[in-house]
Amino acid sequence: MIDLLGYGAFFLSTALIFGLITLGLNLQWGLTGLFNVGIAGFVAIGAYTSAILTSPDTPDRVGGFDWPILGGWLAAAVLTAAAAGFTGYATLRLKSDYLAITTFGVAVVVQLVALNATGLTGGPFGVAFIPRPFAGVQDQPVLFNLVNLGVIAAVTLACYLALQVLSRSPWGRVLRALREDERAAVALGKSVQSYRIQAFAVGGAVMGLAGAVQAHFIGFIAPNTYLPTLTFQIWAMLMVGGSGSNRGAILGAIVVWAIWVGSGWVSAAVVPPDLQARAASLQIVAIGVMLCLILLWRPQGFFAPRRVRK
Amino acid sequence: MSLQFLLDGLIAGSMIGLGAIGVTLTYSILRFSNFAHGDFMAWGAYGALVVVGLIGGSLPLAPLSFGLPLILAMAVAMGLTALLALALDWLLFARLRARGQSIIVVMASFGASMALRNLLEFLFTSSPTYYSRAIQIAQPIGMGIRITADQVALLLMTLALVTGMHLFMQRSQRGREMRAYSQNPALARVVGIDVDRVVRATWIIGAALACAAGVMVGILVQIRPLMGLDLLLPIFAAAILGGIGSVPGAVLGGLIIGLSEAAAVQFVGAEWRAAVAFMILMAVLLVRPMGLFGVAER
Repeated sequence: MIDLLGYGAFFLSTALIFGLITLGLNLQWGLTGLFNVGIAGFVAIGAYTSAILTSPDTPDRVGGFDWPILGGWLAAAVLTAAAAGFTGYATLRLKSDYLAITTFGVAVVVQLVALNATGLTGGPFGVAFIPRPFAGVQDQPVLFNLVNLGVIAAVTLACYLALQVLSRSPWGRVLRALREDERAAVALGKSVQSYRIQAFAVGGAVMGLAGAVQAHFIGFIAPNTYLPTLTFQIWAMLMVGGSGSNRGAILGAIVVWAIWVGSGWVSAAVVPPDLQARAASLQIVAIGVMLCLILLWRPQGFFAPRRVRK
Repeated sequence: MSLQFLLDGLIAGSMIGLGAIGVTLTYSILRFSNFAHGDFMAWGAYGALVVVGLIGGSLPLAPLSFGLPLILAMAVAMGLTALLALALDWLLFARLRARGQSIIVVMASFGASMALRNLLEFLFTSSPTYYSRAIQIAQPIGMGIRITADQVALLLMTLALVTGMHLFMQRSQRGREMRAYSQNPALARVVGIDVDRVVRATWIIGAALACAAGVMVGILVQIRPLMGLDLLLPIFAAAILGGIGSVPGAVLGGLIIGLSEAAAVQFVGAEWRAAVAFMILMAVLLVRPMGLFGVAER
């Protein structure tokens, strides 16, 4: 029973971190219509920033700055926002597809730096000993899991509320106007490019923060956490939840993560061990097909509050 | 200093260029960047592998590592890849295109790419495989450059495909229709160009060339489910560098990127190879977003 509670807290923490990333994507895509295929890259920037700033000194890697965890998180958000802002600056005056292609490239390059710039990122072995919040109670796993869940839930709630306020603010209205009818918004004197860059940067900040929170939750990061599959999972979460809705983003994250974990269990129980890798790829195929089916038949998702349009 | 990297770059550039032709045509005619294009390459390569297995082996043609069965299999696989692209268009892209939001089509291609790639991993596992395990001896051709018979044959094949493609776009009626539609869809409809036919031609050409590039990677390097994904960024970069819609631009862009990658491997280190395409892409977007042969957006 107590194990179940601990596992439940762990599951929900992981899901809420995905929910946090999805919130960032929702600001970029759901509200502003900016396509980001490099989510994993932006999450990784945040995770590595905070990990490097807070983890203890290691001989063959820069580090030992001994920042407090909150400082690391803040730096992660700021640096990721800067990276996203620059990506937006380079591409958003051009065709919308160029942003997609460039973000894809960002993810490739971040992965490459994480793997090869050993002096900065620890290379394939990653960064270990990232301080975990409330490490003092680490010897009581259930309590530790619950406390961490509390921290993550608080961060998610804060971001959710902030994004709710932002999307209802005049700033959010301009973004929606740009998505729905660019010409009308331009006619009202709104600068398309600058609003879009801002939205992309703020969404990036949320993703970077999520990456940092995840890094400190697990205590260890390595390049293979940030593969394209992560980007793909986040997209599936947002599409299931209903793009444009912050509530949908979080619910979609929990539901998709539950399906993901559940189908992993089923395949672990049913499929013989030598075919596990194949079953895992079939899992991704299923999610890909699901994403396409949602685009075809239910583009509004499943958990978004009903919106009255026109 | 060995000039071998020039040849390596030329060969890598040919593969990228063949892929970039498909991307540039899809982008200029169907108006979306197809993230599944790399997976057409991988599917084409595996398609040829299956077909060559069905035909059964025979003696390779003297200096080459492959024989007639693989050449035949490649032709069949080009057709199969084209069918795959047409099926995907019918099932997915055409329906979304009809709704008019091009970025939704991009997202669908992203989902389709993930599904296609992992289906390959499911069917063939992620471990690499080869058409032939024979070792080829590279012959010196001067200035420290060595070349294998396979490389010569495949460079000639690329040259033939690209020349044929260029003549097709410039001289044939269908090619003229495609160019007209990419320049002005509304006017093309008005003068009675059959849009469905243009769309079909675009998919068939793009997929067939992707398959050829995939088989080429398979012969010269190896066949892996991820081979298409790894080439996707260089392909996009080549298409944008050459100017969207321009077939010669895509090929030239591919060669430039292939040569730059090879130079990076020679002078910087092999592990940074994949960053080259990104740097070139960013430079083009910041300095000359229309690319080398592109036309400014109206």
